[in-house]
Amino acid sequence: MIEAVAYSLVAGVFVGFAAGYVGSLMVLKRMALVGDALSHVALPGLALGILFNFNPFFGAFAFLFSAAVLTWYIERTTRIFPESIIGVLFVTALAVGILLTPEVDLLEALFGDITTVSLLDALLAVGISVPVVLVSRFVYRRVVLSILSEELARSTGVNVALANFVYLFLVTVVVAVGIKIVGTVLVGALVVVPAAAMKNVSRSLSAYALRSGVTGVACAGSGILLAAYLGLPAGPLVVTVGTVIFAGALLVRWLAS
Amino acid sequence: MDLASRPTPDPPPASEASGDVLRVTNLGVRLDHVPILEDVTFHVRKGTTLAIVGPNGAGKTTLIRALLGLLPYSGRVEWSGSVRVGYVPQHFVVNDIPITVREFFEFKAKGGFEEPLAAVGLEGSVLDKRLDVLSGGEMQRVLIAWAILDRPNVLLFDEPTATVDIGSEDLVYETLNRLERETGITVLLITHDIHIVTRYSDTVLALNRTVRFFGPPSRLSEPDLLMEIFGSGSGLAEHRHVSMTKGLR
Repeated sequence: MIEAVAYSLVAGVFVGFAAGYVGSLMVLKRMALVGDALSHVALPGLALGILFNFNPFFGAFAFLFSAAVLTWYIERTTRIFPESIIGVLFVTALAVGILLTPEVDLLEALFGDITTVSLLDALLAVGISVPVVLVSRFVYRRVVLSILSEELARSTGVNVALANFVYLFLVTVVVAVGIKIVGTVLVGALVVVPAAAMKNVSRSLSAYALRSGVTGVACAGSGILLAAYLGLPAGPLVVTVGTVIFAGALLVRWLAS
Repeated sequence: MDLASRPTPDPPPASEASGDVLRVTNLGVRLDHVPILEDVTFHVRKGTTLAIVGPNGAGKTTLIRALLGLLPYSGRVEWSGSVRVGYVPQHFVVNDIPITVREFFEFKAKGGFEEPLAAVGLEGSVLDKRLDVLSGGEMQRVLIAWAILDRPNVLLFDEPTATVDIGSEDLVYETLNRLERETGITVLLITHDIHIVTRYSDTVLALNRTVRFFGPPSRLSEPDLLMEIFGSGSGLAEHRHVSMTKGLR
């Protein structure tokens, strides 16, 4: 049990930073709800992993990646708002996932379980989170410039479509690896809430990105420790800590203005 | 009045020798199979200002995008060999994005920000301000400073003062005026303001899917010509400008 919590903590710290860092772009792109809904797509993949006895991370990642590619492609080639596609596709995935997932594993799949996190899970989280942050740093400015003005970005040689694709890919990787700790329902919040909070109290882009990552660490770390102490699922506690930080940041912004 | 048959300056090749920085020949753009621009031909001489006018939906922004290579097009767009283009877009979203002017500039260059800022009449202290706290006039001048960071010799502006108040418009155009005088930069700008066209430009390109007029801005005082270009003549606005130095020329 203690070992599992330690592994969870290691995984949570790394995934928390990566999720917060990548999430800072998602919030700037006003895709917070997309990030949240996207995580639900992982459930059928997770269920297949459980049913056919392979690492659920890979099933979750395959479904998330397919959904991200589909969203990116439709956004790029049609005039349909992504929200419409996500509204239909992602809740369907959640429904199918719930039907496929064995009942005994459903609670863990939805809300995570830190007591089952293994050394391999922790190593996977570390080994994935570090490159995710490094690649995010590489595309960060390109994505932000395309948010400010897509034409301006393109006129300076930025491949906006590629930058957006890489960024969506990074989101799917982080979500897939975070599911083990906080579950499919709430992993989207780990991506969105730290960044949403820190946008209220950051005066520069670099501070915003870094603080979002650090807040992700604080949310994941505190949530996991509270979960271990209280014997509750980590997912809801991680999100609750994030919400408290968000409320505090809003208060600071209100006082500062 | 058949404006299409009016004699227009014959476009020579875009080369250092001809003095042209840009030559466009039979340009056509289709979006979703709908023709947006057809058979557009004009040229721009080095160190001059071309005002692009036309009613809404005339294809002005599409033309700028085609010139930047951001859209597929038919026909020819020939920039002279040594051209470096700076661009200021019409749409620029800064609402609630925590980014400083310095960080915005760092997207394009590692340093040397004071000189372009001074060129647009802004002090170095603006570097640490967030973009979303700047006034409309400051924002436009920051965008011009961004555009000239890597010392371009052509600037493209898509309605540079669309989002600023009339008082700030003067600041923006006086900035362009000074840049042109001091650096000999070539400017292509989209505007709806007839005052800007007549006071600041050397040549006018009137578009309405195709070229309706290409020639000196003094001709825009002819009501028949305005009617031909804009239909009701409501495509251009005239704003009263309070402080004016001399025009770009």
